[in-house]
Amino acid sequence: MNQFDVIVVGGGHAGCEAASAAARSGARTALITYQFATIGVMSCNPAIGGLGKGHLVREIDALDGLMGRAADKGGIQFRLLNRRKGPAVRGLRTQIDRKLYRESVQTLIYEQKNLFLIEDEVIDLVIESSKISGIILTKGGVIRAGSVVLTTGTFLRGLIHIGDKTWPAGRMGEKPAQKLAERLAYYQIRLGRLKTGTPPRLDGKTIDWHGLDWQKPDNEPIPFSLLTERIKEPQINCAITRTNVETHRIIRENLHCCAMYSGAIKGIGPRYCPSIEDKIVKFGDRDGHQIFLEPEGLNDDTIYPNGISTSLPENIQNMLIKSIKGLQHVKVLQPGYAIEYDFIDPRQLERSLELRAIPGLFLAGQINGTTGYEEAAAQGLVAGLNAARKAGDLSPIIIQRTQAYIGVMIDDLVSCGISEPYRMFTSRSEFRLSLRADNADERLTPLGIELGLISRKRETTFLRQSEVLQKAREFAKSISLTPNEAAVYGFKVNRDGVHRTAYDLLSYPEINSAKLIEIWPEFGQFNTKTMESLEIEAQYAVYMQRQQQDMAVLERDERLIISDDLKFDDISGLSNELKTKLLQRSPRTIAEAQKIDGMTPTALLLIITHIQRLRHLQKTTT
Amino acid sequence: MDTIFALSSGLLPSGIAIVRLTGPCIKSILRQFIGFIPEPRYMSLCTIRSSSAEILDKALVVYFPAPKSFTGEDCAEFHLHGGKAVVARILEELTAIPGFRLAEPGEFARRAFAEGKLDLTEAEGLADIINAETESQRRLAVMGTSGALATLYRNWRSSLIKARALIETELDFSDEEDISNFAHDRIWADIICLRDDILQHIHNGKRAEVMRDGLKIVIAGAPNSGKSSVMNRLAGRDVSIVTEEAGTTRDALEIRLIIDTLPIFVIDTAGLRDTENHIEKIGIDVAIARMKEADLIILLDDMHNPQIVDLPEISTTVWHIGNKLDLGRGDCNRWPLQFSVWTGEGWDGFIEKLTTFCHEKIVNIGDIVPARRRQITLLENGLSELNAALETDTSNPELRAEHLRYASNYLGRVTGDIDIEDLLDVIFSEFCIGK
Repeated sequence: MNQFDVIVVGGGHAGCEAASAAARSGARTALITYQFATIGVMSCNPAIGGLGKGHLVREIDALDGLMGRAADKGGIQFRLLNRRKGPAVRGLRTQIDRKLYRESVQTLIYEQKNLFLIEDEVIDLVIESSKISGIILTKGGVIRAGSVVLTTGTFLRGLIHIGDKTWPAGRMGEKPAQKLAERLAYYQIRLGRLKTGTPPRLDGKTIDWHGLDWQKPDNEPIPFSLLTERIKEPQINCAITRTNVETHRIIRENLHCCAMYSGAIKGIGPRYCPSIEDKIVKFGDRDGHQIFLEPEGLNDDTIYPNGISTSLPENIQNMLIKSIKGLQHVKVLQPGYAIEYDFIDPRQLERSLELRAIPGLFLAGQINGTTGYEEAAAQGLVAGLNAARKAGDLSPIIIQRTQAYIGVMIDDLVSCGISEPYRMFTSRSEFRLSLRADNADERLTPLGIELGLISRKRETTFLRQSEVLQKAREFAKSISLTPNEAAVYGFKVNRDGVHRTAYDLLSYPEINSAKLIEIWPEFGQFNTKTMESLEIEAQYAVYMQRQQQDMAVLERDERLIISDDLKFDDISGLSNELKTKLLQRSPRTIAEAQKIDGMTPTALLLIITHIQRLRHLQKTTT
Repeated sequence: MDTIFALSSGLLPSGIAIVRLTGPCIKSILRQFIGFIPEPRYMSLCTIRSSSAEILDKALVVYFPAPKSFTGEDCAEFHLHGGKAVVARILEELTAIPGFRLAEPGEFARRAFAEGKLDLTEAEGLADIINAETESQRRLAVMGTSGALATLYRNWRSSLIKARALIETELDFSDEEDISNFAHDRIWADIICLRDDILQHIHNGKRAEVMRDGLKIVIAGAPNSGKSSVMNRLAGRDVSIVTEEAGTTRDALEIRLIIDTLPIFVIDTAGLRDTENHIEKIGIDVAIARMKEADLIILLDDMHNPQIVDLPEISTTVWHIGNKLDLGRGDCNRWPLQFSVWTGEGWDGFIEKLTTFCHEKIVNIGDIVPARRRQITLLENGLSELNAALETDTSNPELRAEHLRYASNYLGRVTGDIDIEDLLDVIFSEFCIGK
């Protein structure tokens, strides 16, 4: 029983997606975690999705991952962000009932064929003839596998800080992974240190809810997953309160005992998830900062006060919380804390998320320097899929920048590295108008079907939906109006004698699918979702043509591979400065080399020529 | 993929100039320019016409259909008459066609390589050529975009990046409290200012281009030293009124000359002297301004009636030339070069020296046309993206942002900055992000 195709270490968002993806690909997979009960736990805020992140969840779902389905089961406040802006930048987000979410993930894991759970701690990697061949467990001893996925989150040499107190931990109340970090360092893997934080947890029964503002859910919640017909859980409001001058005073006067500012913390934290201390230091001129009082569940009184992540000493935390409206008498259930942890410089990874130095070892999630559940899950899926393929001697699957936000994220990580925990934003994708939440299924599910990652149920649902959309598209392109006819319907169209198809007309801001149905009642046969998709793609059609050209250029440069053994020193004509940068970054493709600052067209050509020469030499010698 | 083109032969003017094109739209451009598709790989004598059917040149045209071409794509070559105006005009016509643009350095070779068209020796040779090309372009860029100009372009780009960052903030962080407070309209007002600045600059640039396309030689000296006569002798026709009354040439007069195939501007200036005459004073100010931007100053003296002339402080090369050699030889130290503009004595030696000087100078700015043309094209493209952004409906901020992204790419390419701009840096310094 101690032989698997794939071993996944860690049961967080990355680990669960990795294990599920590997098992779905047909690999005999083991998921190893300290405790079964913590599988699917959300260690920080009780929410999934958001701007940019919502795209990732849709893409994970399009490849039959778990996150979208679990969020639909546990979602208790669905909101579509940027609703009034263009469809390419809308982001779906929901508050989550932690228990429902965890149970939902655990069910999906338990039900997965080929997937086995082991409760234990990994203390070492088994590396034979310089590639991975298994792991060593504290209790279970050696387990062998073709490939291993590490998803250690904040556990790798995790160190919690509250005030001047520190202790090693992976999360509050859980032990860190110490040995594993040492082993990775032993194999000369470049490690770095990051920091993140979490706010205190409050007892909702002791909050004075009167007079607070409320944020409402959408009237009609939109699910993440293609497979979810409707959201079943009741939708709740979130209260909003804010810090005030007194809060700021308390923080300012006690900055010296905060781990961040006393110099105790060396790791770099994310700028977009600052602690309340950071906010006061940088933006103390604001009269207050919002705090969302997010319930952790429908039947859970715990409140997650989103906006006051802190590592001040417990007594100061108490003081500052009690200065806030509604929280004067609140009972703190668990103090806020900062946690430092090791990450691996992601430039050491292949785009399959395999570590170059140790073939067969894949990494996903916070260990690669990212932050956020969605980012972790998306990497988990890619790592799990590729770990299974590696074990089965298949070539890796690379999701490209031009295909998905997942590709953008992995490309950013692998080619540029990180200087702070990496989070997804829509502005990170130059192909934002093409990579949308509404077409995630169309972009990725066909690939998933080809790879055998997708359940029969999703496949049929997707194919049916796709067929209907194609029918609607063809119909819209087959019917048209002359400018005069369009004017009759009140549309402002140039009187140039050119017919506009229904598809063309949809790209006009004042024309929507409801209008089309008025003119051509046949559109009534298509469901709302189809008409919405049609409307969106027609609206962006012109832009997408241009983006497709840019994509073609990028893909061409991505096909020009720079092999590992290329010695930049041998290339005559390259400046020393560029040689140094090339050595540091070791670009894998010409597209990557192009991103190095100071790169010139001539230098690129010199590299390309050199690659050619090497190939030529190889050919003549063999 | 764009169809790209470049002047592939050397320095202009020349006997012929070869403009090479590659890309998907070669056939359509041949139809548009010469009205038919010539037989592949045979030279055809054709009339090239502009989009308004005006005749641009009679030229030899060759068509190389894919894949048997230099780049493996459809290619064409126009062998034009090698005058600057002709080439500039044709490049301009091509640039105006959507999907057409001037090639970046090395781009032909990149395409050839991508299509598997380059063997090793070829590729290496090309790298050298492109290196040289880049080097001359770099020199040009240094000349054209050094100092104030480069700073101007970079400032534009950074103000555009800042505006983009703020707009992206609205898209990526709209759920943050701090965002709702900032002045959204101000950013678009800034973009309008930026657009107007660029527009003005392109306009100035086009005028400047005409003015600058040639070496500038200023003829200066005291009144009645024979400046206008020198000009006339150079031109071979009367361009400035030559009289014997001091102070006749009140304005700077210019003629364009070709000396041994090189384009030269000769500028005749008002005589330099202290004067109370208001109009003459203006003329002298113009003369001084011209001297400051000249490549060469010919300071002319009547050797038999020398005047003290105060030159403004300038770094330009000055030749002290003595006129009226026919009346007797002057001091060789004071006037290393002497001639008589009336009798032509010593004139050939002067022309010879002038030709040598021009050749040495002009090598440095020989291919300035495409280089400057390229910058203007990029600015024009950037401008049209800014306009598109401003014209796009405000309910689609993501489409406006897309146009701004393209605009900032174009501006970046003007100065050759290909660094990856970090919008996030701007965002996080401006706003308190993170709940």
